[in-house]
Amino acid sequence: MRERARVGVGSREAMIDDARTSAGGNGYGRAVRQVTLENGLTVIVQEEHTAPLASVWCWYKVGSKDERPGLTGVSHWVEHMNFKGTTNIPRDQVKGIIEQFGGSWNGYTFIDQTTYLETATRDALDRMLFIESERMTSCLYHPDDCESERTVIISELQGGENDPDQLLDQELTATAFKAHPYRHPTIGWISDLESMSRDDLYGYYRRYYVPNNATLVVVGDVDTDEVLRRAEHYFGSIPAGQAVRRPHTIEPEQTGERRLTIRRRGTTAYLKVGYHAPSVSDHDFFPVLILDAVLTGAKGLNLWSSFRLPPPQRSARLFHSLVERGLASSVSGSLLPTEQPFLYTVSVTATEGTAHASAESVLIEELDRVRREGITEAELARAKAQLRARLVFESDSVTNIAHQLGYFETVATLGVYASLPTRIAAVSVDEVSTAARTLFRDTNRTVGWFDPMPMDAA
Amino acid sequence: MTPSIPSATRPEKGLAPLRAALENGAVFLGKQTHTTPAVTISLAMRAGSMCDPRDAVGATWLLSRVIDRGTATRSARDIADELDNRGISLTIMVTRHIMSLVCTCLADDFEPVFSLLGEMLMEPSLPDDEIATRKGEVVTAIRQDEDNPAVRATEALMALLYPHGHPYGRRTKGAIEVVERLSRERLVRLHAEGFAPGELTAVVVGDVEVERAREIAGRVFGLWRKSPPAPVPLASQPPVTARQRLVIPMMNKAQADIAYGFTTIRRADPTYEALRLMNHVLGQYALGGRLGASIRERQGMAYYVSSSVDPNVVEGPLLIRAGVSPANVDRAVASIDQELTRLLQDGISAKELDDSRRYLIGAMPRALETNAAIATFLQSAEFFGLGLDYDVRMPDLLRAVTLDDVNEAARRAVNPERATIVIAGPYEET
Repeated sequence: MRERARVGVGSREAMIDDARTSAGGNGYGRAVRQVTLENGLTVIVQEEHTAPLASVWCWYKVGSKDERPGLTGVSHWVEHMNFKGTTNIPRDQVKGIIEQFGGSWNGYTFIDQTTYLETATRDALDRMLFIESERMTSCLYHPDDCESERTVIISELQGGENDPDQLLDQELTATAFKAHPYRHPTIGWISDLESMSRDDLYGYYRRYYVPNNATLVVVGDVDTDEVLRRAEHYFGSIPAGQAVRRPHTIEPEQTGERRLTIRRRGTTAYLKVGYHAPSVSDHDFFPVLILDAVLTGAKGLNLWSSFRLPPPQRSARLFHSLVERGLASSVSGSLLPTEQPFLYTVSVTATEGTAHASAESVLIEELDRVRREGITEAELARAKAQLRARLVFESDSVTNIAHQLGYFETVATLGVYASLPTRIAAVSVDEVSTAARTLFRDTNRTVGWFDPMPMDAA
Repeated sequence: MTPSIPSATRPEKGLAPLRAALENGAVFLGKQTHTTPAVTISLAMRAGSMCDPRDAVGATWLLSRVIDRGTATRSARDIADELDNRGISLTIMVTRHIMSLVCTCLADDFEPVFSLLGEMLMEPSLPDDEIATRKGEVVTAIRQDEDNPAVRATEALMALLYPHGHPYGRRTKGAIEVVERLSRERLVRLHAEGFAPGELTAVVVGDVEVERAREIAGRVFGLWRKSPPAPVPLASQPPVTARQRLVIPMMNKAQADIAYGFTTIRRADPTYEALRLMNHVLGQYALGGRLGASIRERQGMAYYVSSSVDPNVVEGPLLIRAGVSPANVDRAVASIDQELTRLLQDGISAKELDDSRRYLIGAMPRALETNAAIATFLQSAEFFGLGLDYDVRMPDLLRAVTLDDVNEAARRAVNPERATIVIAGPYEET
């Protein structure tokens, strides 16, 4: 069911757009209420009365793809600064304010989005909404805090560089993209982190942290009408900002294989192969999702929870050809639901003593085989069963459900989220074969190696 | 022969799980929920890495990598199909005391999946070819650990806190040369000697009627007959008496990891709640507690710094961990020293105690929201003998802790003059 209506909320009797979405099956059958306040803020509410909890997420359509050269990493740094006090929440209370209710809080930044969350007992709902309204309008950006956070973020960057797999992922992405801003890492380049100013940070905050660029999500043991009244109370008077200008660069089609090798001291060899892949709003995304499940096991579509549960991959093609044959200790696939076309990446950890060439050739041969021969009906059925199960498993808490509602509204639409079960169910063997032929062209491929040098090398 | 249905007990408030002991000593714990049409199964065997023979450290870990790769009636391929066709990821974990098989499945799949996991636990076939493949994975994982400053620092710290081959101080994965020579016969013997029904706790949480789950558990495990294993000796660990420091230079890295710690108390110690509250104030509350406020917030030195405390069957560790730039290592260690000294001299404030207590009590509905979280909680309560109503009693246990109790717990646990410190990363002792 989907309807649009105009209703009043709270004492302001604001005119708002109201859409109710109800999608069927696997935990997707709950009623979801979506409302747009006059100032452009999207509010999404879903009642879940299984535990006395509420989860509040505030999403902003700003991520590292919105950054220009010289300001890489600014979205993430701004996220950090937005935990450092507001006009009405002293700096030393901002992190403890929700913990007094036994609540958890966090935030993250990625290529398309920045988001903040609190999950706590339902009696903390007002406080959670207050925090997010303060975060939207009144963060302090004290110059001393900007400076101390600079070194924290550089420490975060260095911690990532300690991990060869993460370093390789960053380099592969930067090589696969020539023009699109997806090419630079969310953490930013070190020279930008060293030179960015307080004014850069604050200007960026003011530009993007406006209600017409945000989505507020509340899921839990709440009353929808009450939540909408409280949302209007806390956010309704915040003025809309200027429309945000989006980057319009489209990555040109790749015309030949790209390749990189990182040679550093280490103990283990890592291989990554990336292919330009469709965005989540593209019809072709779902055949590739099935393809990934056949190759490496289904991960589901919840970035917040999926990494906590490894995929079922004992029967997956690449697990069989690489891990079961002793060439690799692990293999994984990554297809992220992104706003614009990103990458499908296969990552391999080579076992001790495996020749690089043999791991790579076996991987490429398997991808060529699926490109030539497609997949079987049995594989399609298994992949769909896995994805059906994952959609249930990744919706096991108010926090996880709220993440999914906000995530999809930010990078696509709530409708895409609601239709996930039916879109997955509708994929055919032929569509997967077509997707494999399109995706796994050698001209669409970027190959990256971390080639460890002996620990005593100069 | 039909296994008898075990007698059962359950409390009236809170989680109120049903507990039933089978005739053979296996324990079943069940809790029905309706959050999602799914069920979490957790089978915990008291046969963790402390069961490793002294000359075969890492054997339990390798056994855990192979135990799910074939049974008396099913090949690895059969198992792969059964799990993958249902979208199930089986996680097998090894701690010092426990090996556990954990998964979440759709409610419709509960019975066949429970039976499959039971068969893995009781009758693994441990095929030679699977052992060879998994050895390769374990060796690679050990090599990855050798290149990971956080793992190196933590493992070295545990070895210093628990020296002379103490089970808490040994590397769970073992050493490459030991793993490579482990034979199938050795793993078969390890399983035969350590796995018995009296060591098993089977927890089922989710969208399944508890009585039905209990009946299935009785059917799967009720006929299993084996004598209890010989007890594995575990010595009490006296605290370190003098400050010690180890540097592991890893000049290929960008950031240094600091591990700083002590041995503390047993889980059964009546001062456990006081120590837990002290740790929360020190290194947990609001992103790293006092340590986070100093080292991350005020000085901007680290992306992460926190403390954790893990009282166990014998005296468990308190670990402080931080990742810092090599230029800031000395300043970060000095800051930890300073915070601990302040804690010992001035104690914590009533407000800090109140904040942490409110957090730990208030967090319980969230901590027990999902099937998997409830299963973990029930396993821990059963292992440590905390009682079926522990979730109901915990708030009162925390409320009973006084400021003096917390400060006394600090005095017992965290004196910088007897700290053990390990630094791994691009740093060398000057």
